[in-house]
Amino acid sequence: MKLDKRSRDLRKMIVKMLQAGGRGHVGSALSLVEILRVLYDDVLRFDAGNPRWPQRDRCVLSKGHGCLALYAILADKKFFSETELLKFSKTDGLLGGHPEIKVPGVEASTGSLGHGLPIGVGLAINARYERADHRVFVIVGDGECNEGSVWEAALCAGKHRLSNLTVVVDYNKHQSYATTFEVQDLEPFADKWKAFGFGVQEIDGHNIEELRHAFTRLPIEDQKPSVVICHTVKGKGISRAENNLHWHHKNKVTEEEIQSLFEELEVG
Amino acid sequence: MRKTSLDMVYELAKQDKRIFFIGSDLGVGTLQNFKEEMPDRFFMEGISEANIIGMAAGLAMEGKIVYVNTIATFLTRRVFEQVVIDLCMHRVNVRLLGNGGGLVYAPLGPTHEAIDDLAILRAIPHMTIVAPADANEMRRLMLKSVDYPGPIYIRIAKGFEPVVTGEEVSFDIGKAFPMREGTDALIMTTGVTLRNGLEASDQLARQGLKVSVLHVPTLKPLDQSTILKYAAKVPVIVTIEEHTIIGGLGGAVAELLMEANFSAPKRFKRIGIPDVFPEKYGSQSSLMAEYGITTDNLVKVITQFTQVNDPAKGCAPSRMWG
Repeated sequence: MKLDKRSRDLRKMIVKMLQAGGRGHVGSALSLVEILRVLYDDVLRFDAGNPRWPQRDRCVLSKGHGCLALYAILADKKFFSETELLKFSKTDGLLGGHPEIKVPGVEASTGSLGHGLPIGVGLAINARYERADHRVFVIVGDGECNEGSVWEAALCAGKHRLSNLTVVVDYNKHQSYATTFEVQDLEPFADKWKAFGFGVQEIDGHNIEELRHAFTRLPIEDQKPSVVICHTVKGKGISRAENNLHWHHKNKVTEEEIQSLFEELEVG
Repeated sequence: MRKTSLDMVYELAKQDKRIFFIGSDLGVGTLQNFKEEMPDRFFMEGISEANIIGMAAGLAMEGKIVYVNTIATFLTRRVFEQVVIDLCMHRVNVRLLGNGGGLVYAPLGPTHEAIDDLAILRAIPHMTIVAPADANEMRRLMLKSVDYPGPIYIRIAKGFEPVVTGEEVSFDIGKAFPMREGTDALIMTTGVTLRNGLEASDQLARQGLKVSVLHVPTLKPLDQSTILKYAAKVPVIVTIEEHTIIGGLGGAVAELLMEANFSAPKRFKRIGIPDVFPEKYGSQSSLMAEYGITTDNLVKVITQFTQVNDPAKGCAPSRMWG
């Protein structure tokens, strides 16, 4: 499936940050682009001019190393100026290699994996206590699901039947060293979440319609937290990065390489 | 002290709807009144401390004040990174109530002995660390804990400790409290060792030595000005704590004193647990005695140090004792 212009434009913003910072978790961000795009375009309630607006939906990027995609969409939505993208991971820049709460639109500082879902459980319990109708989304990576704390929080969310909580898994099947099947196989993955008390749906995480359909029909099951397992491609949209472990985190990228990435994204 | 801290959580929560409680898998009946009267703010989430700290952070990010209670080692060693990232980086109002600070769990062995909790937490920016001396001080601390900004670790001793502070003494987080005045030596205490400090000062008074006692319940932020003011007046300074001598009260005071560059010579000694995992069982008091965390040892060390300091005794001023 070809990526549309909006998906390619967001990826160009990611390449701009790679160009500016000279490094970044590119592959991990590229698999996330459509997930974040649909959340921010069609699902989440937010006010970019008032990032702490109490009625906003809470969206925690627990796989914080995917932040290039988050920064692209937050800049696109005017949470901060696009010029910040050009200062990515520079001394005087706002945006670093993992998201921090000082950045408008970032809900929680993450980076070390396995922290976002426990925090999301707290946010969801608070919303329920306050009888507030905002929702909580936590985006986790597949490699991140190696962490025990993810499953501690999943048990807790299931016990409390947190139907206002949705876990979105970016299941690109690759972690840093190798595929998830080689490093620490998660399968049967959907069954694990079901067993922990979640309503589960599996979709193509690059298909805009499937994402919209899934995210606008939550919770998946009444009285249960939801997990949307998004089957994605690491490095999606840049042919040399797709399913290429050397692009999980990229540095020492040449200007020539950057230009060819822009050209590829131009034509799609 | 433990009962007081939990009773206070209940009392405070009745007055303030921002207050939540999360336990791990505490003893049967713990805070039953809280659970019955305020069930939507009472959580017992199982043996899953990483999740509990994150969950507490999430609640606190939304403006709640969350008291988390379990065994101290689990709140420090086990979930260090959650404490650093979820609580301290986000500067949220979570209060960690650590059961069994020090050697309380002597019969259970070194997995449960929180002998390094203060050192572990002192290294984290934005953390506040308080070790009260008795139930009275715990009550005063708990009242102040509600609106104090940022995360707080509250070290809870065994329970049924002798009460050594008065009912009406004032308390502020971040303040050290002079309990005895004297110019021959200074004893600094934290937590339950205040009792040893007071007893030693009284015994030494009978020997003609005037020994001040400065109680330092707040390890971080350290009340540097009061400590330096009292340290400046004396030639002998001894710290005593139910904690490793690395990085706790003794470590914090040593760092401060070295950089003070006093012109007059000082003798300094840290009394505490040496750099070991305790190998014996027994009781809190028997293990404290094993490591010299006693009134008798405090008296002995100060007696030796002050004699050394007396030019009439002819000892070299640079010699270290103890």
